[in-house]
Amino acid sequence: MKTFIEGIGVLGSGLNGWQTSQAVLAGAAPYVPAAVVILPSDLLPSAERRRTGVPVKLALAVGCEAIAHAQRQVSELPAVFASSAGDGDNMHYIFDMLSKNGREVSPTRFHNSVHNAPSGYWSIATKSMAPTTSLACFDASFVAGLIEAATQTIASGNAVVLIAYDAPYPQPLHAARPLGAAFGVALVLAANKTQHCKAELEINISRNSAASTRVTDAELEALRVGTPAARSLPLLAALAGAKTDRICLDYIAGNQLDIMVQRC
Amino acid sequence: MQALQLSAYTLTTPLGAGLAATLDALRAGRSGLAPCDFLDVDLDTYVGRINGLEDMPVRADLAAYDCRNNRLAQLGLEQDNFIEAVTAARQRYGDERIGVFLGTSTSGILDTELAYRQRDAETGALPKNFSYAGSHSCYSVADYVQRVLDLAGPAMVVSTACSSSAKVFATAARMIHAGLCDAAIVGGVDSLCLTTLYGFNSLGLVSSRPCRPYDVNRNGISIGEAAGFVLLEKVESGIGQDSVMLLGIGESSDAYHMSTPHPEGAGAQLAIQAALHAAQLLPDDINYINLHGTGTKSNDAAEDRAVFNVFGGNTPCSSTKGATGHLLGAAGVSEAIISALCIRHGFMPGGLNTELQDPSLHSRYLLQNKPGQVTRVLSNSFGFGGNNCSLVMGTI
Repeated sequence: MKTFIEGIGVLGSGLNGWQTSQAVLAGAAPYVPAAVVILPSDLLPSAERRRTGVPVKLALAVGCEAIAHAQRQVSELPAVFASSAGDGDNMHYIFDMLSKNGREVSPTRFHNSVHNAPSGYWSIATKSMAPTTSLACFDASFVAGLIEAATQTIASGNAVVLIAYDAPYPQPLHAARPLGAAFGVALVLAANKTQHCKAELEINISRNSAASTRVTDAELEALRVGTPAARSLPLLAALAGAKTDRICLDYIAGNQLDIMVQRC
Repeated sequence: MQALQLSAYTLTTPLGAGLAATLDALRAGRSGLAPCDFLDVDLDTYVGRINGLEDMPVRADLAAYDCRNNRLAQLGLEQDNFIEAVTAARQRYGDERIGVFLGTSTSGILDTELAYRQRDAETGALPKNFSYAGSHSCYSVADYVQRVLDLAGPAMVVSTACSSSAKVFATAARMIHAGLCDAAIVGGVDSLCLTTLYGFNSLGLVSSRPCRPYDVNRNGISIGEAAGFVLLEKVESGIGQDSVMLLGIGESSDAYHMSTPHPEGAGAQLAIQAALHAAQLLPDDINYINLHGTGTKSNDAAEDRAVFNVFGGNTPCSSTKGATGHLLGAAGVSEAIISALCIRHGFMPGGLNTELQDPSLHSRYLLQNKPGQVTRVLSNSFGFGGNNCSLVMGTI
């Protein structure tokens, strides 16, 4: 299936926005890991802003960046959210409270515990009544989100924003599900080629093809392997490159996504 | 949208395992809710607990996936010859051409809740036998079901709280439309856990009585657990007159509040209208509405505004949550399957436990079962985060 990339947002260790990260992702500048700085979105009312954790902040930041890059209106786009884990800090807090006498779970902690909390805050922040969905597919959550977003553009003929994010669990859950540093990525996908098209993707689900595409830098590669949302890095590297590229991303059950990336 | 056929389906709820038990209970007006006896929960509430899950294993070769949620998935899959129907479809299409798209809100996190009680006193570590990928992981149930059904196509979990297993129908329809699969297993599994019981309680949304949707004195939900599965496929030719089809889906967001619906039901109304539009039907074409109808003050009031605005006060509607409890991430598919039973068997279920309809709610809420031909049903599912999904099903 064919889909068109109009906008890109990225936020992670040493990757502070698409514009400043392109050279690094294209291999033209060295990758320098640095603490992830996520500013809370000023789109959210202050009461809501105080209640949000890392995943919501990540999702809002990269989503808004990608939509601005595409020169689209935030409120016009359906949104697909994808994450392996959701908000681990919040879940840890709830589990800890439930293991104690009284079991006093805070109402805000509880409504923030749903996997679709970022999409809920997103629609509140953007005042968008467009549909949102929230997906999970373990290490392949970004891939699942990309498939869902691409099929949405095909079904509706409209653009959609894909927002994938993951952040590590605190202990003791971290030991059971060790995730790498927090990472968020967003892509605006469109059904048709417009003046804002950055790249054309031809996506196919295939089996038994080559091993998943890696990224060259060893530290970036560790991020790719460690954080499910960063499984998008080979695609981002291809989008940052100057020419046509073909990449392969692992999906599930022996399936892979074969993606031909052609710059517009 | 292109109509899709519900070729096979099965439902396990507190009303019983399988379609026959479900139908019997609905016809008899029997509720599956009982005073809460789940683990050591000390809340004054009713739950829809499925008996026997505590002693019921998952498939032996998939022991790494053992948790209450996947046990419930296994029990659900074993009813109504569903596995046989999927096997036949697999032989028809190939294992790579059938997707698995399931909804859940809490997956197997009960295991994590219990593991936190057993943390090492010194290190705080979880017990060694805790399996994240097989239980807690949001994707666990789709992974398990795909393995049980021996399928190898696209799979994912949709987790949008209480609309999760309605939205999987939309994902499946788009996947089939894009040619990524020919058929899909859609469904939802959600099981009792402490997070939802104590969490909804903290919001003041848990009733101390069996929930009473649309009642003037309604005061909250009763939480239940369920597994429902549907084999959804394109129909090339020869649709039987009694074949139940998915005709339309509508999705929207409230953009209002994380846990309170838009007071005018604006988001719900958008989803309902989008579903009718996708099905190319008018409000008068709908014979019966299976409401989300949770039994909280604000949910029922908001949904009533949306339903009345679109349909007026003549279309029969009811909530089946007085019978099943609120099945959370499994509510969407459970009520879609109940709607399919209404179409197949020609009746509309009256809402249970409701004594006096709230006079400020103006939809035509059924308090008794109503026999009669049902050809088109709307089923609503609305979740936290203002996530709305409506389905239209019917015969062609």
